[in-house]
Amino acid sequence: MKLDELMKRMQAETIQPGPDIAIQTAYTSDLLSDVMAHAESNSLLITIQAHTNTIAVAFNADIRAVLICHNRPVPDDMKQAAAREHIGIYRTNDNQYVSSWKVYTLLQG
Amino acid sequence: MKNIPIDINESSLVVMDLIFKLKIRDVMTRGLISAKRCDSMHHIQQLMKDNSITGVPIVENKRLYGIISIDDIINALEHGYRDDPAEKHMTTNLVVLDEDMPLSFAINYFDKYGFGRYPVLNARQEVVGIITTRNVNISLLMALIKEIHELESRIEPHPTPDNTYMLKEYHVRQYGFDEAGKASNNLKKFLQEHQHPTRLMRRAAVAAYELEMNLVVHSTGGTLTIIVTQEKVEINVVDHGPGITDVEQAMREGFTTANEWIQSLGFGAGMGLPNARRVSDEFDIESSPDGTRVRSVIYLNPQDAPAT
Repeated sequence: MKLDELMKRMQAETIQPGPDIAIQTAYTSDLLSDVMAHAESNSLLITIQAHTNTIAVAFNADIRAVLICHNRPVPDDMKQAAAREHIGIYRTNDNQYVSSWKVYTLLQG
Repeated sequence: MKNIPIDINESSLVVMDLIFKLKIRDVMTRGLISAKRCDSMHHIQQLMKDNSITGVPIVENKRLYGIISIDDIINALEHGYRDDPAEKHMTTNLVVLDEDMPLSFAINYFDKYGFGRYPVLNARQEVVGIITTRNVNISLLMALIKEIHELESRIEPHPTPDNTYMLKEYHVRQYGFDEAGKASNNLKKFLQEHQHPTRLMRRAAVAAYELEMNLVVHSTGGTLTIIVTQEKVEINVVDHGPGITDVEQAMREGFTTANEWIQSLGFGAGMGLPNARRVSDEFDIESSPDGTRVRSVIYLNPQDAPAT
């Protein structure tokens, strides 16, 4: 499913628009080393880590978009880094568990 | 305590050179705020308040008559003579500096006399400015920054081996989270530009990032050097301590010494070093209390990698 459509169906807020690509899978974790070790390329990251290092990790691991849970505030430097690396940032009030279930259901359906 | 913590006789050559080369006139405040002999203590108090200063020289026709300090104002308030003219209470036994003197004189005077400021006179005995410890500190700091830039620009870069097509050195600060990721992101961009396979790029970026984060989280700062040749990516990390007590334990997944606030940022999960080793074709680590050295190599052609 296209990233844009997936985020619309999730009713997630767009903080920084992501690339126009199809997302096959996602990875949920708040441990950045775990993300780098296990997240698949071209995936979506579901996390509460709203800071620039998340973008650095996403870039290294070929993650194309980040979904921030719990409506955590996204700092400006994170937005700027994401814009520079063409990585999307979206935000939801759901927690990681509910977000993961929704994304999983939408991608399987 | 010394007002300005510089030994004017025994400092480094660079500092000695600066404090003798800089003249009082280069350092002093020129737009002098002064008052006349007939001005009231109250008026001078207002001058100090409006300009955030703690001393006002009494000057007429460029001639210095005295100085009123904040202590004189406090006395005036305490003893109720706010409306007296400055002339009656100013300090007339003055210590002044000459604008042609080197800065070392000012530093010496601040220690010798304990005043907070000195009026500065020119050769014709006219008041041309005032010098405070703040002036001295700021000008010294600016001069040192300039000097350090010059010294750094003279450092020769490492010789680049013939077949190297990228060599970069990054200085990584302890807790420098804002800058972290620069080395690995740059490496990945470089490999992307040279169209290396995605999996390989990711391995190299992961190794660089984990080692970079290790410096940020665990060391007191260090250097990360990336060398890319036709055959391989080599990442060398050297830090200044405190060293890893048990390297074998540190290489085990899940073992961490990171504190809570670092973990709240998503680091210190005890996966950094194991991750870096997993993606590397060659991986060496040695550590002592003086520092840790790590070397990670990733071959650009899988057939070059040693069998593991």
